[in-house]
Amino acid sequence: MSLRRYLILAIVTLTASLGDTFLARGMKTLPPVSLAHPAELIHAIFSPWVVAGIVLLIGFFASYLTALSFADLTYVLPATSLGYVLMTILAHWWLHETVSSWRWLGVLCITAGVGFVTRGPAYTNTAEPCPSEIVHAGEEVSR
Amino acid sequence: MNSILATTAMIAAIVVTATSGDILIASAMRQIGDLDRIRARSGLYGAAAAVVTNGRFGLGFICLALSFFSLLFALSHRDLSLIGPAATSLTFVSNAVAAKVFLHENVDHRRWTAAIFVCAGVALLAF
Repeated sequence: MSLRRYLILAIVTLTASLGDTFLARGMKTLPPVSLAHPAELIHAIFSPWVVAGIVLLIGFFASYLTALSFADLTYVLPATSLGYVLMTILAHWWLHETVSSWRWLGVLCITAGVGFVTRGPAYTNTAEPCPSEIVHAGEEVSR
Repeated sequence: MNSILATTAMIAAIVVTATSGDILIASAMRQIGDLDRIRARSGLYGAAAAVVTNGRFGLGFICLALSFFSLLFALSHRDLSLIGPAATSLTFVSNAVAAKVFLHENVDHRRWTAAIFVCAGVALLAF
C-alpha cells in the first residue's frame, strides 16, 4: 500500500475518535432524551460540541469511504482502531486522567490486533472485477 | 434488571444498525471500485456522483444514520465508558462474521485474531 493510503487510514483513525469524544461531550451538556420525545434528539444537533463532532464525523465518513474502496472492511476496521490507543495516551499525558492497568492491557491488545491485520493483504480479490477495474483495463488496452 | 435489559437493548440497536450499515456501504464501495481511479478519470464530482447514486450506499447510509441516533440516545442515558467500548467491541466481531458471509472477504486466521484482540482490547478500556 502507498503512503497516501496509510495517510487516509490515519485520517479515519483521528476523525473517528475525536468526533466520538466531541459528541459525548455535547450530549453530557443536555438533559437525558426520553423515548416519548425522540424529537429532543434533533435539538441535540444544534449543540456546538455536537456540531463539531458531526463535522469531524463527516470527515471520517469521506475518508472511510475512500479506505473501503481500496481495502476490505475486515482490514479497515482493525487497522483504524489505533484511535483508542491515541485517546488513552492523550487522556493520561494531556488530561492527567488515571489510566488503570486493565486499560493499558487493552491498549496492548489493540496494538497487537492492528499489528496482526496490517501485516496481511488489504484487499480480497473476488472472481468478479469491480466496474472501475474493467474500465481501467479497457483504457490500458486502448493505449 | 430493567436497567440491564434497557442497556442491552440500546447496545444491540447500535450494533445491528452499525453492522448493517458497514456491510452495505462496504458492498457499495466494492461495486463502485477504487475512488482514486474514478476521481482521476471523472473528477471529484464524478466520484461523489458514483457514490451517492448507488442504491446500496443509500441503504447503508440510512442504517448508519439510525446507528448514530441510537448512539446519541444511548449516550444520553448511559456513560460513554460503558456504551462506547461495549458497542464498538461487539461491532468488530459482528462485522467480521458479516463480512465473511455477505461480502465473501478472506477473513483468515490473521484477521480473526486481529478482530478478537481489538474486541478484547476495546472491552478492557472500560475498566
